[in-house]
Amino acid sequence: MEGLLSFLSSFPTLLHSGVVFGTVIMFGALGEILTQKSGNLNLGVPGVMYLGGIAGLAASFLYENVFCPGHGIEPVAWISVALSLVSCFVAAALGSLLYSFLTITLRTNQNVTGLTLTIFGSGVANFFGGSLNKLAGGVGQVSVKVASEAYRAFSFDLVATVDSWTERIGFGLGTLIFSYGFLTYVVLVIAVGLWFFLSKTRYGLSLRAVGENTATADAVGINVTKYKYLATCIGGGISGFGGLYYVMNYIKGTWENSGTIEGLGWLAVALVIFATWKPLRTIWGSYLFGVLYWMFFYVAGLTRSSQEIFKMLPYVVTLFVLIMVSLRKRREDQPPASLGLPYFREDR
Amino acid sequence: MHLEKAIEMKNITKRFGSKVVANRSVSLTLYKGEILSLLGENGSGKTTLMNMLSGIYYPDEGEIFVNEKPVEIKSPKDAFDLGIGMIHQHFKLVDVFTAAENIVLGLEGEKGKLDKGAVAKAVREIADRYGFEIDPNQKVYNMSVSQKQTVEIVKVLYRGANILILDEPTAVLTPQETEKLFTVMRNMRADGKAIIIITHKLHEVLAVSDRVAVLRKGEYIGDVPTAEASQQSLTDMMVGRAVSLNIDRPLAEAQTDRLVVEHLTVKDKEGVKKLDDVSFVAKAGEILGIAGIAGSGQKQLLEAIAGVQRAEPGSSVRYIEPDGSSSKQLVGMDPLSIIKKGVLLSFVPEDRFGMGLVGTMSISHNVMLRSYRRGKTPMLDRKFPKQLSQKIVRDLEVVTPDIDRTPIRRLSGGNVQKVLVGREIEQSPTVLMTAYAVRGLDINTSYTIYNLLTEQKMKGVAVIYVGEDLDVLLELCDRILVLCGGKVSGVVDGRNTTKEEVGLMMTKLGGGN
Repeated sequence: MEGLLSFLSSFPTLLHSGVVFGTVIMFGALGEILTQKSGNLNLGVPGVMYLGGIAGLAASFLYENVFCPGHGIEPVAWISVALSLVSCFVAAALGSLLYSFLTITLRTNQNVTGLTLTIFGSGVANFFGGSLNKLAGGVGQVSVKVASEAYRAFSFDLVATVDSWTERIGFGLGTLIFSYGFLTYVVLVIAVGLWFFLSKTRYGLSLRAVGENTATADAVGINVTKYKYLATCIGGGISGFGGLYYVMNYIKGTWENSGTIEGLGWLAVALVIFATWKPLRTIWGSYLFGVLYWMFFYVAGLTRSSQEIFKMLPYVVTLFVLIMVSLRKRREDQPPASLGLPYFREDR
Repeated sequence: MHLEKAIEMKNITKRFGSKVVANRSVSLTLYKGEILSLLGENGSGKTTLMNMLSGIYYPDEGEIFVNEKPVEIKSPKDAFDLGIGMIHQHFKLVDVFTAAENIVLGLEGEKGKLDKGAVAKAVREIADRYGFEIDPNQKVYNMSVSQKQTVEIVKVLYRGANILILDEPTAVLTPQETEKLFTVMRNMRADGKAIIIITHKLHEVLAVSDRVAVLRKGEYIGDVPTAEASQQSLTDMMVGRAVSLNIDRPLAEAQTDRLVVEHLTVKDKEGVKKLDDVSFVAKAGEILGIAGIAGSGQKQLLEAIAGVQRAEPGSSVRYIEPDGSSSKQLVGMDPLSIIKKGVLLSFVPEDRFGMGLVGTMSISHNVMLRSYRRGKTPMLDRKFPKQLSQKIVRDLEVVTPDIDRTPIRRLSGGNVQKVLVGREIEQSPTVLMTAYAVRGLDINTSYTIYNLLTEQKMKGVAVIYVGEDLDVLLELCDRILVLCGGKVSGVVDGRNTTKEEVGLMMTKLGGGN
């Protein structure tokens, strides 16, 4: 009983954490939806998120702690942020480019290549993470204060005002909705934008055709290779922001190698299935996953081993969705029909 | 009157690998406002030739002229730009898209905007002009085969195609749908479009086309105006020599009951009865034909006997041993238990690659699928399937580069079927079931198959032949069981019946009503 009460009282905080983790997952999932719509099953999402995270961190670090002191100037927040955003996107997209080259041009097995990319990404990121730590003078010493603060900045006034409005229900709506850094809102724009692109534009239609029936897309003159490359690389870039968000917003601009990014990356892959490849469904799905992922922290009396049962929840709901989808047999909820298949034009 | 050339192909050669020459120095001309039939046996290179016009393949040698200008068609997009549209045998449609979405797919449009209303309107205009029936907003997965074909044709017309290539468009249509298609084709011809139709069916060639061009083994044999051609003359051109249209039908001496089917009922996933209380006897030493309109339960009948489909309670399929000593109940058994019971049942399924063969494996590996349990050790016996494959390739004249490397999928349809039938016959079955064994095969290969079945019959095998060509059923089978809507509408003697009688039973239950 006491445990339940304390759980309920901490519910707003749990929701708050759910949004933070959910955002990481949502970036990963949106990028992966774009990728999978082209028929590429990229299991390298965790690796790509690692690459994005470390590249963004390194860019800001080098700017704030090497370049600026070297020139005797103060780091400028927007430059640091811009540098990290661009580096993150480029690094994650390059990782996906490697995957694209292997699977599209050389036609390697997508599952194997994706898993390799995950291992590769986490290795590279932790190697450079360790190097950054060394440069900064010890484990946990990396700090990109300026960038991280800019990433996490929000309007205190707005939060306070909305909180005061909702005081009566004992629930800080302002804190829940407005107390996050700007990327938390950018991801929502990307979700809506991706939905619009996929369902309302000719390019989206072409992309979906590539993922559904590659030979058909090819036969009507769609440049299959171009679509697959672009979708996979841009999708990878978007996924990469998930890693950057984790690094800048959650652990506040440092590096740790706890494997959390990898865990969240796999959740992003699960979320793609959970959302049945629909960008708008990832919005509530990701927050749900975020809450479920972090729930163990708020349930009193859990031991290290019983925590794991709670950490399992997102995967359990994904399994449940898979079962429901297969029972309902709606064609619109199925994965892209050519997902995971290599394409050869002259194959009979 | 046909003066303007729409397409001219000159000395086109296309090779696959180093051994297979699909087209050898083919020259073909198509005029505006005509329907040209492209006729040839399976593997004669018709589809390959047409794929070079639609940009799927690129010729190794030769020139192509469109509207009397030399062109290079390197991709499907180039073909579209030249006004060439091909309707493939296997539809190139995205299942989860609507008709309209499929139709505009790949077109640039204004600034990438997708105006579904405008598309639907344009689609309806095309439909009205040529006499199609189409709902632009219907999803493809909800469509019948004929509706899908309509979408395909409208798709190429929407793209402004003036030259249409139809690859065996009638293979999947009912006679009524075929007639509708021909009407549409005539409307398009009247509109000045040039049309090539690839087909096997000689009566359709005669019914719809103005001119017939014949290919044989990748080479161009010649062309004749349809008015001057007959079924016999075209067959001669196609196969290079006169083919006897008579199927040999000897009478086996001893005919004993082999399979006794009683009250066989099969339901599909939705609980709809696909077979309703079917009873019959298949005898050793006879070919029992199964006739019926497509989807009357033929597939379920064979699959239920083979143990692939579940039969409803009360169904009975008894197998009587060749020596007549005992009988075995097959209902409720899976294929492996049927084999273990010592029942020698062979099944050539309708879906060659879905149930019969593994497309990516070689001939000998596919043969091994039937024999891998033979060995006494855990190791695979490779020698036996290899010898058997060589025997099949030799006896049935399978054209293949090798037996143990090339994926069977790369062989032509007729060769694939020969391997499948050959493999099943080599099991020395006592019951041989075939579903549409000659579908998509040329006349020569078909006769090879008929002879094989008759040979099996004479050896005392109970042969069950599900077919669609009534002429063949009437000439090949000793008895014909006619199915209509999952029920038996009657069994007739193949020697004393007429096409009309069987046709009537297929559409209506025999004996009135």
